Amino acid sequence: MTHWLTVVCFVLLLVTGAEIVISHPRFYWGEVGNVMTRPLFTLPIPASRDTVPTGYHFVMPDQNGWSRYLHFQAAWLAVLTGLFYGVSSLWNGHFRRDLLPARADRTVRAFWNVIASYVRRVPAGDADAHSYNPVQRVAYLSVILVLFPLVIWTGLAMSPAFTSAVPVAASALGGRQSARTIHFFVSGALLLFVVVHVAMVMVSGFKSRMRAMVTGRGVVDKERV
Amino acid sequence: MKNMSRRKLVMTGFAATAGLAGAGVAVRLAERYGLIPPDHGGLYGPGETLTYAAQRLLTSHSLAREFPRSMISKDPFANATAPANALFKQHQANGFQEWRLMIDGMVAHPMSLSLADLKAFPVRNQITEVACEEGWSYIAEWIGTPLAEVLHVAGVLPQARYIAYFSIDKDWWDSIDMADALHPQTLLTLGMNDGDLPVPFGGPLRLRVPRQLGYKSVKYVTHLTVTDSMKNFGKGLGSASPEGGYAWYAGI
Repeated sequence: MTHWLTVVCFVLLLVTGAEIVISHPRFYWGEVGNVMTRPLFTLPIPASRDTVPTGYHFVMPDQNGWSRYLHFQAAWLAVLTGLFYGVSSLWNGHFRRDLLPARADRTVRAFWNVIASYVRRVPAGDADAHSYNPVQRVAYLSVILVLFPLVIWTGLAMSPAFTSAVPVAASALGGRQSARTIHFFVSGALLLFVVVHVAMVMVSGFKSRMRAMVTGRGVVDKERV
Repeated sequence: MKNMSRRKLVMTGFAATAGLAGAGVAVRLAERYGLIPPDHGGLYGPGETLTYAAQRLLTSHSLAREFPRSMISKDPFANATAPANALFKQHQANGFQEWRLMIDGMVAHPMSLSLADLKAFPVRNQITEVACEEGWSYIAEWIGTPLAEVLHVAGVLPQARYIAYFSIDKDWWDSIDMADALHPQTLLTLGMNDGDLPVPFGGPLRLRVPRQLGYKSVKYVTHLTVTDSMKNFGKGLGSASPEGGYAWYAGI
């Protein structure tokens, strides 16, 4: 349930986030940055505002208003879903049982074995239908414990009201524009995770995985065994 | 099994009733403490209300970040030139001698102030950042009269909840709640970086609201109205921004 809510939020945040970026596709480092200062880098796309010099003689349609409304609404839903997931995972042991790599698996060799079996395209065994392997566990944990908190923090660091209450949220990152740039890259990292994640599900049998996710039961496919 | 499911049904019923009652109480409390923004309706209302309520609970008295003089942007970006407005051009040709700020609505003493009158009030300066909703920003020093000082002299009535403010540019008007209106950094800004406020930056008079995004800092202000409700202004959404698709509260 929380997974699918997160999927909805992620898609909304990604699309509206892209819309917002289009209004000023230049990125900076430090506290301030505008068309009079040198950018860190510029996305090679036309902007939705005619005040941004992009080199294109074309101004994209401006969708910033509803994109911003929807971005923040989806962010609220994502954060509330995440809180629910976090608390219940700690409560019901999902975190300890399924996400924290088992003691025996906290070795380079254990990770190497998983990666080697991915490379050799060893078909997933019975155990994989019910449990996450150590590489999956570390990937999921870094999304939950590193990327999600970082994307929320950098988002809040762009809020002039939030930083009035918690100035260190912006200053610890090097300023407002640094926060915006990091927010962009963390979103990119999350997108990369989603692409790999979906690709893995495809490879391991889309239908049976979806059935397992909806019913909550691990299924070992006939064609695989 | 049957008993279990019946118990579950009863418990779910209780939980749902408690949840609805709780939500009802929460809405009443939120209204009572001014946590519901004027643009709370519609598709994006829930997110907007959560943002505004959370920010009000967290930030009602906090000060926007101020910066050292060395961080003032050498070449700030104005984003506009001047309103294409005959009346404005006339004022500009005249050196803004005739510019007036009208203050009316729920005040004991409605008044009309010239720029010279405003300069006679206590003046405050602050070095704060302007952040545009597009993503860019710059830092400048802003010099002006705190709105709170002017409202104090005008005598705001106790039922006041919002200050609506209007630009000479007809389509540009906005409003802020009393937390922002009485906030010490909310300035009727007359000067910038040790000079008069240049026209592209909103001169002769701009209301700077540094805890919100740039679009709340309306340029060329001529009129303030104190009110207890935004229902009768425009489409009743609080400002021109939601009518154009943008959030009324721009603290984020």
